[in-house]
Amino acid sequence: MEAATAPSSATSSRWIGDKRAQRSKIFDAFFSRATFVAGWGTVALLVWIALQVGYSALPAVRQYGIGFIVGTDWDTNNDVYGALPLIYGTLVSSALALLIAMPLGVAIAIFLTEDYLHTKISGIFKFLVELLAAIPSVIYGLWGIYVVIPITTPMGNWLNAHLGWFPLFSTPSSGPGFLPAAFVLAIMILPTVAALASSSLKTTPQALKEGASALGATRWDVIFQISLPIAASGILGAGVLALGRAMGETMALAMLVGNNNQISASLFAPANTIASLLANHFGEATGLEVAALMYLSFILMALTLGINAVAEIILERTGATIRHL
Amino acid sequence: MKTLLALTIATALAISTIQADTITLNSSGSTFIAPINGRWFAEYGKLHPDVHVNYQSVGSGQGIKSFVAGLTDFGASDAAMSDADIASVKEGGVVLLPMTAGSIVLSYNLPGLTGTVQLPRDVYPAIFLGEITKWNDPKIVAANPGLNLPDMPITVAYRADGSGTTFVFTNHLAAISPEFKTKVGGGKTVKFPVGVGGKGNEGVAALIKQTPGTIGYVEYGYAQQIKLPMAALQNSAGKFVAPTPESGSTALGLVELPANLRAFVTDPTGDASYPIVTFSWWLCHAQYTKPGEADAIKALATWCLTDGQKLAPELGYLPLPNSVVAKVQAAVSTIK
Repeated sequence: MEAATAPSSATSSRWIGDKRAQRSKIFDAFFSRATFVAGWGTVALLVWIALQVGYSALPAVRQYGIGFIVGTDWDTNNDVYGALPLIYGTLVSSALALLIAMPLGVAIAIFLTEDYLHTKISGIFKFLVELLAAIPSVIYGLWGIYVVIPITTPMGNWLNAHLGWFPLFSTPSSGPGFLPAAFVLAIMILPTVAALASSSLKTTPQALKEGASALGATRWDVIFQISLPIAASGILGAGVLALGRAMGETMALAMLVGNNNQISASLFAPANTIASLLANHFGEATGLEVAALMYLSFILMALTLGINAVAEIILERTGATIRHL
Repeated sequence: MKTLLALTIATALAISTIQADTITLNSSGSTFIAPINGRWFAEYGKLHPDVHVNYQSVGSGQGIKSFVAGLTDFGASDAAMSDADIASVKEGGVVLLPMTAGSIVLSYNLPGLTGTVQLPRDVYPAIFLGEITKWNDPKIVAANPGLNLPDMPITVAYRADGSGTTFVFTNHLAAISPEFKTKVGGGKTVKFPVGVGGKGNEGVAALIKQTPGTIGYVEYGYAQQIKLPMAALQNSAGKFVAPTPESGSTALGLVELPANLRAFVTDPTGDASYPIVTFSWWLCHAQYTKPGEADAIKALATWCLTDGQKLAPELGYLPLPNSVVAKVQAAVSTIK
C-alpha cells in the first residue's frame, strides 16, 4: 500500500521541479551506498582482526594445540605456555564483579525509573551514574590501590584468621587479589548494568502499573510483580553485556589482581586475567611468546564475542515480549 | 578573535621555519633509561635548538625490534643486543654504547624496625624462591644481630610487566644461586614461585608500602625518591653493602668492558661493590646515510657522556666511572 502511494504523491508535486527530485535521488543513492559500505566495513574489520590474530597465533597453536587451554604454566624462560589460570582468573573476577554490580545496578535502575524522584533529580542521578563510565581505567586502578586495597586487606586477614577453614577465605590477604579487583570492576560495570536495566524497566507499560495500583497493589507489589518480571530478560541481557565488558577490562585489573598465574579458591589470593597478562607481557615479548599471547587474545576474543552474542539474543527476545504485550 | 587567529598562524609559521633546518632523531626502547633520556634530550634541545630527539619508552625488546626494522635512528636497551639481533641489522653493523647505569635494591616494609636489614647471599635468592618465609628465620636473624626481627610472614612482590629491572635482578640471582638458575632463571618476565605482581616500579612500591612484611625489588632511584628502606646485600667478597651511588659506581668501575662494550655485571667483584648493578645501552648504527645524522648522534652522545652524566645522581642513576666514559667515547668516535 505504502509503495503505491509514494509515487503518486511524487507526481502531484512535480511542479516543485525535477531538479530537486533528481538531486535528492542522487543523494539517496549516495547515502545508501555509504551506509552499505560502512555497515559491511564494520563486519569486514571484525573478520579481519579475528583472522589477523588467528594467523599470528598459528605458531603457538601448532606448538601447543588444545593443551594450551588446560596448561597451568606461563614460563617465558622455558617457552612453556598455558592459559588455564588466566581463563579461570578472567571468569572468576568478572563473575564476582557481576555478583556485586547486578543487585546494585538493578536497585539504582528501580530507584531512577519507578517514580521515587522528581524527573529533574532523577536526571541528575542518572547523569552521575553514567559519569562513572567516563572515569579512565587507570584512575580506577590507582583508586583501587590506594583506597580499596587498604580496606580489603585487614578485612581479608580477619576473615582468614577466624573463618580460614572456608575455602573462599583460605589464604591471608596478599593486598592485591580477586576481592579488590572484583570490587573495582563492579563499580566500572555499574553504569552499564544501571543504564540497560533502567531502559528495560521503562518499557513496562504504564497502564499495567496503574491497573495494578488501582486493584490495590502497593508500590513494592508493582515493582516485584509487574515491572521486574517484564524487564527480567532485559536485565539479564544487561548483566551478560556487563560481563563481556568486565572480561575485557585491562588496566585496572593489571594494577589490582596481583598478577600471579595460580588457581586458588581464596578471594584474597593474587590471581591473573587474560587481559592483564597481555598488557604486562606484550611490550617485551619475543619469538614464541608473541604467538602464545596472540593465541590468548584469540581465546579472550572468542569468550567475549560469545558472551556478547548471548546478550544480543536475550535483549532481542525482550523486545519480542514487549511487542507482544 | 582575528588577532588570535593571526597570532596562531604566525606561531605556526615560525615553528615550521625553525623546523625546516632541524635534525630530528627518532629513538625508542628501555623504560628504565626513559627518565634520564627525557631529561637529556630536553636539556640538549635547549642548548642545540636545531636537534630534536624523540624518545618512546616502549620497553627494551620493542626498542631492539624497531631499531632492527629501521624505524628508529637509535634504540635503547637494558639487555644490550644479542649477536643474532646485531646480525639481523641490514648494513654497516651496530655500535653499543653504555650510556648510564643503575642499581636495583631490595626494599621492605617492617613497621617499627630501626636500622638496616642485612641479607646474606644464600638468603635473598631463597626468599624469592619461597623457601625462606618468615622474617625471623634463623638465617636472617644470624645476619642481623642488633635487630629485633618480627615473627611475620614474608610477602614477595615482583614486577608483573616485562622489564629490564626483572632481567637484571633475576640474572643476578641466577648467578649467585644455582637453585634459582634451574628453578626460575633470568629473564624480563620470569615465573616466580611465590608472591604478588605489581605493574611497574610504582606498582611494586605500592605493594611494599601497603603490606607489612613485604619485600620487593625496585630501581634505586625510585626507592630513594619515595623513601623506602633498602636492604644491605652481601657481595661476592662477603661484605654487606648498602645501595648508594658510590657503592654502585665502585662495582661498575671494576668491570672489564669487552671490545663491543657489552658486559652484564651479574655478580660484581670488590669489597665495597653493591652487587646488583647494570649498564643501560644505546644501540646505534656504525654508519648513517642521511647527511648530518651521524654528526648529530655523535655530538648528542658526547654531551650525554660528559655534561649529561652530572644529571644522573639526582634522577637516581649511577654516573658512569671515568674509565667507562673514556671507552664509550672511543666507540662514539667510530660512528660514521
